[in-house]
Amino acid sequence: MPIPYYPGCTLSTKARGYDASGRAVAKALGLELEELQDWNCCGATFPLAMDNLLAMTGPTQVLVQARAHSDRLVTLCAICYNVLKRTNYFLQSDAEKRDRINYFIEADYAGDLRVQHFLEILRDELGFEALKQRVDEARKETGKSLEGLRVAPYYGCLLLRPEKELQLDNAEDPRILEDLLQAIGCDPVDFSHRVECCGSYLLVTSPDLAADMSYAVLQSAAHNGAHLLVTACPLCQYNLDHKQAEMARQHPGFKPLPVLYFTQLMGLALGLNSDDWGWELHYVDPRPVLAGHGL
Amino acid sequence: MSEELVPVFIMGKRYDVPPSLTIMKAMEYAGYQLIRGVGCRGGFCGACGTVYRLRDDDTLYFCLACQTVVQPHMYLVQIPFFPAQRAEYDLSKLVPRPEQLFSLYPELLRCLGCGTCTKACPQDLDVKGYMAAAMRGDIARVADMSFDCIMCGLCAARCPVGEAQYNIAILCRRLYGRYLAPRSQHLEDRLAEIKAGKFDKPLEELKSLGVEELKERYKARDIEPR
Repeated sequence: MPIPYYPGCTLSTKARGYDASGRAVAKALGLELEELQDWNCCGATFPLAMDNLLAMTGPTQVLVQARAHSDRLVTLCAICYNVLKRTNYFLQSDAEKRDRINYFIEADYAGDLRVQHFLEILRDELGFEALKQRVDEARKETGKSLEGLRVAPYYGCLLLRPEKELQLDNAEDPRILEDLLQAIGCDPVDFSHRVECCGSYLLVTSPDLAADMSYAVLQSAAHNGAHLLVTACPLCQYNLDHKQAEMARQHPGFKPLPVLYFTQLMGLALGLNSDDWGWELHYVDPRPVLAGHGL
Repeated sequence: MSEELVPVFIMGKRYDVPPSLTIMKAMEYAGYQLIRGVGCRGGFCGACGTVYRLRDDDTLYFCLACQTVVQPHMYLVQIPFFPAQRAEYDLSKLVPRPEQLFSLYPELLRCLGCGTCTKACPQDLDVKGYMAAAMRGDIARVADMSFDCIMCGLCAARCPVGEAQYNIAILCRRLYGRYLAPRSQHLEDRLAEIKAGKFDKPLEELKSLGVEELKERYKARDIEPR
């Protein structure tokens, strides 16, 4: 049965490569993702005022739409995941407010949808052991492998926090990306800033501060010998990657570090055609580093 | 006149009108001389957007005054104009890209997806849906979904964050028409043939014929040429 898939606005525009590589990987692994038709924006931030019900009407309508097809909805974007899952949690835990939102959007949603990140499906349904087998098979066919590639798994905030609501992994000491990277044959780098914030939307209001925060993440990864960094969040990707122009100006001797989506790396491990994975949208082109490892 | 009159409330004042009239005709029956809030009278121009309620019903309804028959105890007002944001642009200098929408209408990205606009649309368009398509930069989808928009502005009047949905939609239809719609090659080929004079001689011949001969040829013409 196909899994309803919610790409979100950013994966339809600036992070097209994340969407394209994610779909390609799912297909190669026999996971059938089916995009919801004419979905609306999740809102991009979960409202911090708990009486801001109007801001929850958008994401709730996404949940309602998905529930008409299935008992679950999968996302790739960490921000959409955070907003949709938190909205769902809110609706599950407050029946009175759920009724008010239902009345407004003319729906009858009971809160009984599971919002999942694609990573969860890989870990809990496909299994990393099975993934490893698929990667090994691909390696035999193509002769290419990620062996020796040192990859920094960067989580950021929205994929993990708040832990009570998202329950994807331990928010302070997560394993899911490390386990995934091991399964696809590369070397996960342990670094201190893997669950620190990239600066997020401070990009807009305090761009210098956001650049400093992203710089600290990249330095931490680089000091531990990372060849590149992977993320599940298009905003982290943007801050970490596109701010490197600024960092190079401010910090003499700064060495660029490519920032990929984990799906792009998975796709390479599976030997898929990566031509349409939006490499041109990256500020630091990852292709030379990948080519250096025979990819 | 045997028809029994029904009460309607136009801007709060009661008028008794024949029940077979549209809202627009009922207003004229009541003595209003419509200068704004009236146009084609055929449901196309979007000038007569109207909001009404019914007695003992808490729902707010939206319609076109020229297309909707009055009901007893209708409380109504026309919204002939709403001051919605409208960007100025020269279409020939635009590019059909998502960033174009965001730069001309930055407030587009404030849309909450609440769907209040969809409830207000007298054309039953999925306004929230086409706004969502605009937010992800799918100009062709906006053009398609908003094709029946008549620019009445009721969506903008109801929007809690001040969007001008219908103006964003027509920008997308313009961009689609000018830059994205497939070109019709057969039309360009035919225009080239005309310019090259392919039909000059047959046309001259027709112009030289008398009325009777033209009638004969018209009757004998091949209606569906193979």
